[in-house]
This record gives sequence, C-alpha cells and structure tokens, in this order.
Amino acid sequence: MNDVTTASMSGIETRPDRGAAPSRISIRNLDFVYAPGLPKALKGINLEVPDRRVTGMIGPSGCGKSTLLRVLNRMYSLYPGQRAEGEVMMDGRNLVSGEVDINELRAKVGMVFQKPTPFPMTIYENIAFGVRLHEKLNKAQMDERVEWALSRAAIWAEVKDRLHTSAMGLSGGQQQRLCIARSIAVRPEVILLDEPTSALDPISTLKIEELIDELKQDFTIVIVTHNMQQAARCADQVAFFYLGELIEVAPAAQMFTAPKHPKTQEYITGRFG
Amino acid sequence: MPQDTPGHIVKSYEGELKRLREMIARMGGLAERQVADSAEALVRRDTDLAAEVVQRDLQLDAMEREIEQFCVRLLALRQPMAQDLRLIIACMKISQDLERIGDYARNGAKRAIVVSQQALTGSLNGFERMAELVQDNLKGAIDALVSDDAARADAVWRNDEPIDGIYNGIFRELLTFMMEDPRNITAATHLLFIAKNMERIGDHATNIAERVHFAVMGEMPAEERPKGDTSHSAVAGVR
Repeated sequence: MNDVTTASMSGIETRPDRGAAPSRISIRNLDFVYAPGLPKALKGINLEVPDRRVTGMIGPSGCGKSTLLRVLNRMYSLYPGQRAEGEVMMDGRNLVSGEVDINELRAKVGMVFQKPTPFPMTIYENIAFGVRLHEKLNKAQMDERVEWALSRAAIWAEVKDRLHTSAMGLSGGQQQRLCIARSIAVRPEVILLDEPTSALDPISTLKIEELIDELKQDFTIVIVTHNMQQAARCADQVAFFYLGELIEVAPAAQMFTAPKHPKTQEYITGRFG
Repeated sequence: MPQDTPGHIVKSYEGELKRLREMIARMGGLAERQVADSAEALVRRDTDLAAEVVQRDLQLDAMEREIEQFCVRLLALRQPMAQDLRLIIACMKISQDLERIGDYARNGAKRAIVVSQQALTGSLNGFERMAELVQDNLKGAIDALVSDDAARADAVWRNDEPIDGIYNGIFRELLTFMMEDPRNITAATHLLFIAKNMERIGDHATNIAERVHFAVMGEMPAEERPKGDTSHSAVAGVR
C-alpha cells in the first residue's frame, strides 16, 4: 500500500531537488569588458552551473546574460580588446585563462544561436563537418554518428529520406533542431543556447523545449531566453541578471512564484522601469 | 507593512489587478454585512431581516462566479508571475471562502427564523459578541488583501482564539439549558448550529488571512495557528 501521508500528489517538489547536482562549471568573480575604457559588461559574477541540469539566464537586454554565454566558450577571443577576468572553472581548469585550447573548448562546449545557422551544404554534411574536425571516423561510423545526432535532436524522422539535400530547404524549426544536432554531434559536455526559439513558431518552440528536457539527461545546458514561461518550464535553476550583475539565482519554481529580490520580482512581473 | 512596488508596464493589466482587488473588497463587504445581519436578525428576532439575508446570498454566489471567471481570464491572457500570480490565486480561493461564509450566514438566518418562534432561553449576548469579533476579523483580512498588508493579515490569523473561547462557552451553556428542560431542545439545537456556523466563519476569515500572507510574502505563515475550540470534548454538567 502506498504511504498516503508522505507521498506527494504532484511530484513537483522533486524538481527543485534536481538542482542539487554537482557543479559542472564554477564561475567565480568574473569580470568582462568589451573594450578598454568601457564599463564592465559583467561585474563579479559568481555562479555554479550544475551538471546535467538546465540553467536559465534571464534579464533585460544589455544585462550581460549573452555576454556570459559568450565567455563560456570564449567566443569573445575572436575580438581584440575584449577581456574576461576571473575564473570559469571546468574540469579543474580556468577556461578564460588561455590554458585551454580553443578547439578543445569548442568541442566540449557547443553553442546554438538565436537564428538557425545551417551551413549551405547537405543535411548530412552539416553534421559531419564538425565531427571531422575533431575525430577520424570511417563511413559507417560517421553514418551512425549523424543518425545519432539527428535522432537526439528529434529531427531524424523528418530528414532521414533527404539527408543529401540542402539544409537550406528545411523550415526554421527544423533548421534550429539541425543546429542543435550539429552541436551535439561532436559530443560536447555543455550546450549553450542563446534564445534558441525566439525566431520559431509556437509548435517548433515546443519541440525544442521537449528536446531540451530530453537532452539534459546527457548534457549540461545553459539557456538564455526572453520568454519567462519558457525559462520556468525548461530550467532547473534560473539566474537573473541586471546591469552586468547577477542579482538572484534560485530553483525555477521559486524564482517564478516567490523571488526574493525586489528587482527580480519587478522584472518577471513586468513592472520594470 | 504595505508593500510598495512600481506599477505595471501594461496599464490595462495593472487596471485589471486593481479591479480584482475591488471585486474582492466588494464581495468581502457583502459577506460582512450578511454575517452582521444574520446575527442581528437572531438577536432582535427580526424575521424580515433574516429573510433578506437568505435572499441576498444569491448575490454572493454570483460574485464568486464572476471573480473566478475573471481570474481564469487573467491567468490565460496575462500569464502572471510571482506576486501577481500569487494575488490572483489568492483572490480565487478567497472568493470561495467568502461564498462559504455567505452560506453559513444564510443558514444562520434560516435558523434565526425558527428560533424567533420559540421561547427565549437565556441571553444571546455571546452571539452578539461572537458576531462582532468574526466581522472584525473578516474586515481585517479583506483590508489586508486590498492594501497588501501581511502584518495586518497575521494579526487576524492570530486572533481566532477569542472566537473559539466564546463558542466553547455557548456550547456548554446550551447543553445545560437542554438538560434543565427538554422544551429548550429545539431552540438550543438551532442555536448550537448558529454558534458553530459563526465559529466556522471565523475559521474562513483566518483562511483568508493565511492566503493574504502568502500572496504578499510568498510563503505560508511559519508557525501553527493558535486554536481554541474545545467543544469536541465538552461534556454536559462539567465546568
């Protein structure tokens, strides 16, 4: 017989518990400047990104959330003058210190952007291209990897009969899932999603959200989103940024029902100055 | 300690939340009046007033439906978060409490008509006092909601014990009357139910206070609510 006195009917409280995972990335005292002389775009950020959980980042435009995402795979290093200081520790190494090889880092930390960015090549080549940079696979192994990645990104059924046609012929939602497939094909540990559904229709959006839920079994996910409901649904923990500072970080359920900081409260209820 | 927050960016949403508070304030006002009139009808043996109370209860039922529909609309259209979400959910549940308070008042009024046709046994002072305390609490709880005042809600929440105390006294007194003379049983039984109804109204007022506390603070009151109803173990003749 079930223990009716202790069993929870909704099971909802099991969700915040998922936040108790070990940290995958530890961010400590992180500062970032876009150019010498400009004010800091990130100021003393401290944040633990838990392993195989979804961390949502919210905040008004210009608050630093996308900047932080770019720091996590050193996207900024393409631009001279942009500097990160502090610690972004992953596997005992500081990602921003330069001791980690950029190609190795990008293979470990994949990124998907706001607008789908398929390469102008076939669907198959879109996936295989990145894999070839990091691994030597024979034809059968590569076929297998392409199918695995497309299946994990929930798009295999839709494209398996047209793998060798151009990826540009896919719909927006399909292109975005292809980009997610491309980023997971190199078997990263962390996936960064920068507003992955802002250019998609509601049904494609739901498919991506379902996919995120599925992918967090294997990957650590950091998602930047302007859609508050989406953050509430997808994320295990949510971080609210404002003017380059991390204001509050909490389990998603708490963040959207009873945030502690008045600024968070004002932002998520739409009372922002 | 009223909470101070800036207004909503969407003015029509701000207006709707304001309207929701006003609807609850109106419904709360009517519920208070029902409780007051029900008690007065009993004490003054005023059957016309009692009939009015019974009739007016339909308005409370309609208000509850209106508030519920309005809340569902807000949930669907505005997808509220944090304090707004808590306010809307609290209002939805408070409207149910108020509707139930109305039912108890109506039931009391019906019984008051019966009691008015019986010989009066003892004083009804206890009922008057109890009705006053219940109304104070109800008013305090609704005011707390309208002004986002958690401290005021907490005061109501802690203030249910005196009501329970009067109820216990009435219970024992009526048991004694019934033992003294079986002809008192009809009136005394109705009076017992009226007293119990009022005690329940007090409990609903504390429920409302609890919901206001949650709506404002984001968490339920930490301590256990003080309770004083001991009638469940009362025995006739034992004082």
